[in-house]
Amino acid sequence: MSEITKQSLTELVENIKNKKLSSTDVTKAFIDRSEKSEELNAYITNDFTSALEKAKKFDQKPNLDSKLPGIPMAVKDLFCTKDIKTTAGSKILNNFVPTYESTVTENIWNEGAILLGKLNCDEFAMGSSNETSFFGNVQSPIDRNLVPGGSSGGSASAVAGQLTPITIGTDTGGSIRQPASFTGIVGLKPTYGSCSRYGIVAFASSLDQAGPMAQNVKDCALLHEVISSYDPKDSTSIDFKRNHYSKELTNNIKGKKIGIPKEYRVDGMPKEIEDLWQKGIQYVKDCGAETIDISLPNTSYALPTYYIVAPAEASSNLARYDGVKYGFRAKGENLIDMYEKTRSEGFGAEVQRRIMIGTYVLSSGYYDAYYLKAQKVRKLIKNDFDEAYKKVDAILTPSTPSSAFKIGEKTNDPVSMYLNDIFTVPVNLAGLPGISIPAGHDSKGYPLGLQIIGKAFDEQNILNIAYAMEEKINFKNKITDWWIK
Amino acid sequence: MSKKDSEYLINRKDNQYEVVIGLEVHAQVLSESKLFSTSATKFGAEPNTQVSLVDAAFPGMLPVINEFCVKQAIKTGIGLNAKINKRSVFDRKNYFYADLPQGYQISQFKDPIVGEGKVILDMPNGQKEVGIERLHLEQDAGKSIHDLDPQNTFVDLNRSGVALMEIVSKPDLRSPDEVNAYIKKLRSIMRYLGTCDGNMQEGSLRADVNVSVRPKGSKEFGTRCEIKNVNSIKFMQMAIEYEANRQVDLIEEGKTIDQETRLFDTKKNETRSMRSKEDAHDYRYFPDPDLLPLEVSEKFIEELKNDIPELPDDKKKRLIEEFKLSPYEANILVSDIDTAKFFEEVVAKMGKNKDIKLAVNWITGELFAVLNSKGLEISQSPVSAKNFAILINLIKNGTISGKIAKTVFELMIDGDKDPQKIVEEKGLKQQSDPKALEALIDKIINDNREKAIEYKQGKEKLFGFFVGQAMKASGGKANPQLINEILKKKL
Repeated sequence: MSEITKQSLTELVENIKNKKLSSTDVTKAFIDRSEKSEELNAYITNDFTSALEKAKKFDQKPNLDSKLPGIPMAVKDLFCTKDIKTTAGSKILNNFVPTYESTVTENIWNEGAILLGKLNCDEFAMGSSNETSFFGNVQSPIDRNLVPGGSSGGSASAVAGQLTPITIGTDTGGSIRQPASFTGIVGLKPTYGSCSRYGIVAFASSLDQAGPMAQNVKDCALLHEVISSYDPKDSTSIDFKRNHYSKELTNNIKGKKIGIPKEYRVDGMPKEIEDLWQKGIQYVKDCGAETIDISLPNTSYALPTYYIVAPAEASSNLARYDGVKYGFRAKGENLIDMYEKTRSEGFGAEVQRRIMIGTYVLSSGYYDAYYLKAQKVRKLIKNDFDEAYKKVDAILTPSTPSSAFKIGEKTNDPVSMYLNDIFTVPVNLAGLPGISIPAGHDSKGYPLGLQIIGKAFDEQNILNIAYAMEEKINFKNKITDWWIK
Repeated sequence: MSKKDSEYLINRKDNQYEVVIGLEVHAQVLSESKLFSTSATKFGAEPNTQVSLVDAAFPGMLPVINEFCVKQAIKTGIGLNAKINKRSVFDRKNYFYADLPQGYQISQFKDPIVGEGKVILDMPNGQKEVGIERLHLEQDAGKSIHDLDPQNTFVDLNRSGVALMEIVSKPDLRSPDEVNAYIKKLRSIMRYLGTCDGNMQEGSLRADVNVSVRPKGSKEFGTRCEIKNVNSIKFMQMAIEYEANRQVDLIEEGKTIDQETRLFDTKKNETRSMRSKEDAHDYRYFPDPDLLPLEVSEKFIEELKNDIPELPDDKKKRLIEEFKLSPYEANILVSDIDTAKFFEEVVAKMGKNKDIKLAVNWITGELFAVLNSKGLEISQSPVSAKNFAILINLIKNGTISGKIAKTVFELMIDGDKDPQKIVEEKGLKQQSDPKALEALIDKIINDNREKAIEYKQGKEKLFGFFVGQAMKASGGKANPQLINEILKKKL
């Protein structure tokens, strides 16, 4: 048997079910490695002591019929976890301990998993490099001083660095797929309405979706099966028939039609990305699928649309962090002064920037020109996909226009940072599922990802395509353990 | 100020001004739980005991619409003869305040659940139609308490998230009296529907009052001022009166009226500027992405329509037709649902041979007087409709006189006693035996022979004297009609 932390979720589940490993063995192994990995700064809060207790308890009376029997896992610190500090990567929630559990994490614990701790992320999930976190940037296990991507940077780093066998992130504009791509792992952004938003600190309500991040497609399918559920506590949750994603997973994609959108060939995109895409096209053909050139004509408007809609919703969603009820409060002369000081000191620069953009685009006199127009464009982008899906079953694109960049490289250039999300953002605007799978390395040896975009509620199909491609690609992540002394 | 034909005008030298008023009434939806959460809505609970994580806007908490509140709003819309919108949208109204935990109020801005409608007012000089612009659902805010501590403000979130209906009238009202009638009519309709208890003391019904003035005969509207959050009809009337005169004075002085939001100071009886149009909040309304548009089917609306009870206007019409009541009487009976209920129960209990007019007179006379003096609502009446009906029947069938009935009624009040029993126990039954009364009257005429002669000689006033003597001799129990007849015959 290989080293515990190198095993996939599927292997771990099997070994625990076969009693070759106990939950305690597994939990201990991931805690040990996590403790040796402080330099990655992947955790904001650890819950190791009680994780071990839970593992021991599990082993005394193991329920081996559950889907994640005694599996330890850390989760993004955007999910509210009962009695465990939940910060959203922000100073303003630095002291916040929820009395409730998010539906997605509740689903996970109900299937026997054990919480290891809370993973670092960009503040309120606003960022593409995990550099906006109040708790410091996260290091990528790929290389020193390399960003893991964002906003689920801690999650990506923890899975790629084998600090947790699997994890969950949230994806508003690419926050699962981009860091997955940067760190050589698999990340799925489900259809909007597939996973409940209840108990997830909100960024942009009409775009936010939780999703699984894993070492491979099968693990990803299994975790998605656990977290996707209809939830009456979330009015935007959708009651549709969910698949047994892991059981129904197949690498037979013969005859599937895969669209290749010409608009994703953007100016200044490195040749490495183009080459990767071409390789991807070849892989799907090798799997017996057919590729078809398609057009998504409004793609170039997706990013500006996103940077109106998301900040608008965020500016309102974050109004509740005012120092009155919970979280950080600065002293003030009066109510207004207290608000101003609390929010100036409690929010970081990127969050403040987006609150201001959002406030601006919703202001009277600007609403029609920005927010309303953005909503109309959003509809056009959705229509593009609807049109394309008359001809194809899924769409293949690069996940990102470049590989991971160095920490600090883009912090002073927000627009260049935002451009990172150019291939992922349209998927959120259209509410579609998208998965990023590792597909190769650039000249520096950094991972590159390909994205498969599906029809709404068609997660099974894109998981199958990813599964088939994964076999062909046979990607090996180059983890050197550079951070372990 | 002059009141000619109940027209309300403000006079200055040679000029007459008409007052134009529109109301935004905030009516608390009668519902066990809040608009988007399951917390209770009971009035007067200990502070912060009816607050859920959603109401206090904890991170990751999401609103889920309360179907019952939607039904209540639609029913109210039906009661206001209004268009029900099958698709409506909840928006966020963004502003910061300590008692607004979310930092926004969920309301309906562009697409309200109820569109245009109308209500009919019964004014002394006839009926008046007031247009309804819209009705929308929204959340109430919490309560800031500033007077418990010299340094700090306390916040009670019990009210946070409670469902309100904002009912916006067209600028159709022209006087404080019409405002009075309008509010009472709205309250009456909602109480019939059971959609709002209309309790102004508890804040279940309050209004923002928009006032403008214009020269009599002018078709154009003047600049309006909005007086925020007035919580009694009396204060609304006082505020309008003050505000209208203030605006007229400005015009007379050649000054302009600024569009602004004002507050009514109930102690000083004046309105004061709160904020000007320039300082008006930019609420940055946008559709709440946590909620899908609210869609209701034709069937859903039809089912609610079937659920609507007889409303005051219809009831009034029926009472006039069925019982030949005057519009005035009918109005008094129907305006409050509990009065109507009491009346109809009395009617039912009176049985076949009933005297509706008598019952109405007694309800609006004796019963109202007692309720007034004791400060009770008719729902708390010390006399039940059943015993009240028996009393009316006792008068009707001649068992007791109206005068005795008053005595009986007073005795009934204490413990809702059966009037029949009181009459028997106290021996108050009317003497209607003609032979006994004849004997009694013979004796009186005999004892007052001189007066009888004077009467016969033309001093007709003395008839009353004999009636009085006869009543006195019978201990007030003699049937006055019989006394009259016998006296006329004997004298």
